[in-house]
Amino acid sequence: MNAPSPLLSVRDLKVWFDIKPKGAMPWTAPDKLKAVDGVDFDLMPGETLGIVGESGCGKSTLARAIMRMVPSEGGTVLWLGDDLLSLTKNGMRAHRKEMQMIFQDPLASLNPRMTIGQIVAEPLKTHFPNTPASEVKDRVREVLDRVGILPNMINRYPHEFSGGQCQRIGIARALIVKPQLIICDEPVSALDVSIQAQVINLLMDIQEEMGLSLIFIAHDLSVVKHISTRVMVLYLGNVVEISESDQLYRAPGHPYTQALISAVPIPDPKAHAENEVMLLDADLPSPLDPPSGCVFRTRCPLAEPVCAEIKPPLTDRGKGQQVACHVI
Amino acid sequence: MTHVTNVETAEVVKGRSLWQDARVRFFRNKAAVASMIILILVSLFALFGGMLTPWSNEEIDWNLMGDVRTLGGPSFETKHYFGLDPLGRDLFARVVQGTQISLMIGIVGALISVVVGTLYGATAGFIGGRLDNIMMRIVDILMAIPYMFVLILLLVVFGRSIFMLFVGIGLISWLDMARIARGQTLSIKNKEFVEAAIATGVSTPKIIIRHIVPNLLGVVIVYATLLVPSMIMFESFISFLGLGVQEPLTSWGALINEGAGQMRYGTLWMLGFPLFFFLISLFAFFFFGDGLRDALDPKDR
Ligand SMILES: Nc1ncnc2c1ncn2[C@@H]1O[C@H](COP(=O)(O)OP(=O)(O)OP(=O)(O)O)[C@@H](O)[C@H]1O
Ligand code: SF4
Ligand SMILES: [Mg+2]
Repeated sequence: MNAPSPLLSVRDLKVWFDIKPKGAMPWTAPDKLKAVDGVDFDLMPGETLGIVGESGCGKSTLARAIMRMVPSEGGTVLWLGDDLLSLTKNGMRAHRKEMQMIFQDPLASLNPRMTIGQIVAEPLKTHFPNTPASEVKDRVREVLDRVGILPNMINRYPHEFSGGQCQRIGIARALIVKPQLIICDEPVSALDVSIQAQVINLLMDIQEEMGLSLIFIAHDLSVVKHISTRVMVLYLGNVVEISESDQLYRAPGHPYTQALISAVPIPDPKAHAENEVMLLDADLPSPLDPPSGCVFRTRCPLAEPVCAEIKPPLTDRGKGQQVACHVI
Repeated sequence: MTHVTNVETAEVVKGRSLWQDARVRFFRNKAAVASMIILILVSLFALFGGMLTPWSNEEIDWNLMGDVRTLGGPSFETKHYFGLDPLGRDLFARVVQGTQISLMIGIVGALISVVVGTLYGATAGFIGGRLDNIMMRIVDILMAIPYMFVLILLLVVFGRSIFMLFVGIGLISWLDMARIARGQTLSIKNKEFVEAAIATGVSTPKIIIRHIVPNLLGVVIVYATLLVPSMIMFESFISFLGLGVQEPLTSWGALINEGAGQMRYGTLWMLGFPLFFFLISLFAFFFFGDGLRDALDPKDR
């Protein structure tokens, strides 16, 4: 049997935003903000890829570029063999039911003027407009029940639910078209800690049941650890490390990952004593003017002259670990 | 999971929409409710006032015609409840007619602005980019034109008709609304529920109609209720200049103009009655709009 082929295969994806400096003349060329600058990764069916990185490093932009919600500057996004970036708008629409998204702010992701029944039914009605009303209703009740929302609540409005419940409704909306991939953009950051665990467990259960792939975005490693098969670390729009989850936590490769891991609270105090917290000094450089060579070099404790010259490529370090660093 | 089976048979719970919440808040506001009652009464007066008097707005009371200044005052005896107008017609019937026309102008102007302005602004704001630029520059240009001047020109060139008045009002009333709707759309379109709809592949017109416009509606309704009185004032001003509705039609502005012209003869009822209706309606519209704003403002929740 062949090795399983990836569900999603992203190559050299770039998203640049035009930023007009304040007070610029209309004819001056805008600055380029490289929010995502050459990202490569594969996602296998049934796998969960965690994406972590500081605020502003381009996680959401990467997700939105894959879904073609922002225009990309270059690269390919192969979805089951089709390059999504070169499809027509209608060609893309056909694929939208196969990938769904869950958002950070649970209440804001539900239209306040629609009932949750209407909200959850929308993707189904969009992609299968001929579904009879009774079947739509049954499907809505079914998914709501699956995510733990009482199906007799379909006529209620979003503001009548708690944050955790709203996020469950968001998950139901994503599930109703039976997608193969759900991109979760910081789905639990806005929730109470006790509810975070419930929502993550729900996602994991559903994933197992339906054989879904997940892309799970978070800004800290502790949340991602629980759910991910592999983890990708982003820094200023660049991938600095992709690694099997266990390996990443056991032996982080990139100096940036090491710094992130040392900041994750570890339950065992002995381990913590050995694991000195590496504080990143210096501020995050502006994505408008990223450092030359290795983007991390302004904050890297190991930086060497070569780091300013050449951008380190992602290279394989065995045990399913890829790191972009000249020194390590 | 026994609760699920119970729930399947349970009644579907009714939700409380934001509109229902707003209604509750609105009815707590006494000034707004009083204004609403006044507006209902004025509308009933416009619709059915004609049935309360034996006189029509056209016939001249020949008995009193020569002595309007002395005998034409309000009187139950002659059944001229509001007296006569300078030509000897029944002022009550004339005020009913003027109320109909003024309200119609206000409401039609507001409706045009709601429909055209909202859709125009929401489309420009949601699609953005060059289209937005072009569409909003058109609005800027139309706004820069001194419309009073253009309207007067239109009325002079094409003749003074109520139709031209509607055309003029229709041309300008939606501009502000388009700007307001666009501004609101810009903030709504970055909300995650719109992103969710885009990600799912909902088509652009459906996103505008289903997700943008209903969330604009609060602001739009408030602005529209405030626009009604300004349209009425606008028409009154034109009529006051003698360019608005023409005989035998009339409006509050035309009646006030007529009454003001007779003031020096001491026939104050000719000014007083139309002015009274004009003022209470304007105040009522403003308080009503204010109440709506407070009720619909989500920040209050
Ligand atoms: N539409 C846009 N126009 C211009 N710049 C943008 C746009 N969207 C994002 N950016 C910029 O791109 C960079 C990456 O933003 P992004 O939202 O992807 O970060 P993020 O990693 O998701 O951060 P967070 O953890 O705060 O959600 C930021 O510098 C941001 O200012
Ligand atoms: S390449 Fe150089 S600067 Fe970049 S992470 Fe490695 S050591 Fe640090
Ligand atoms: Mg983000």
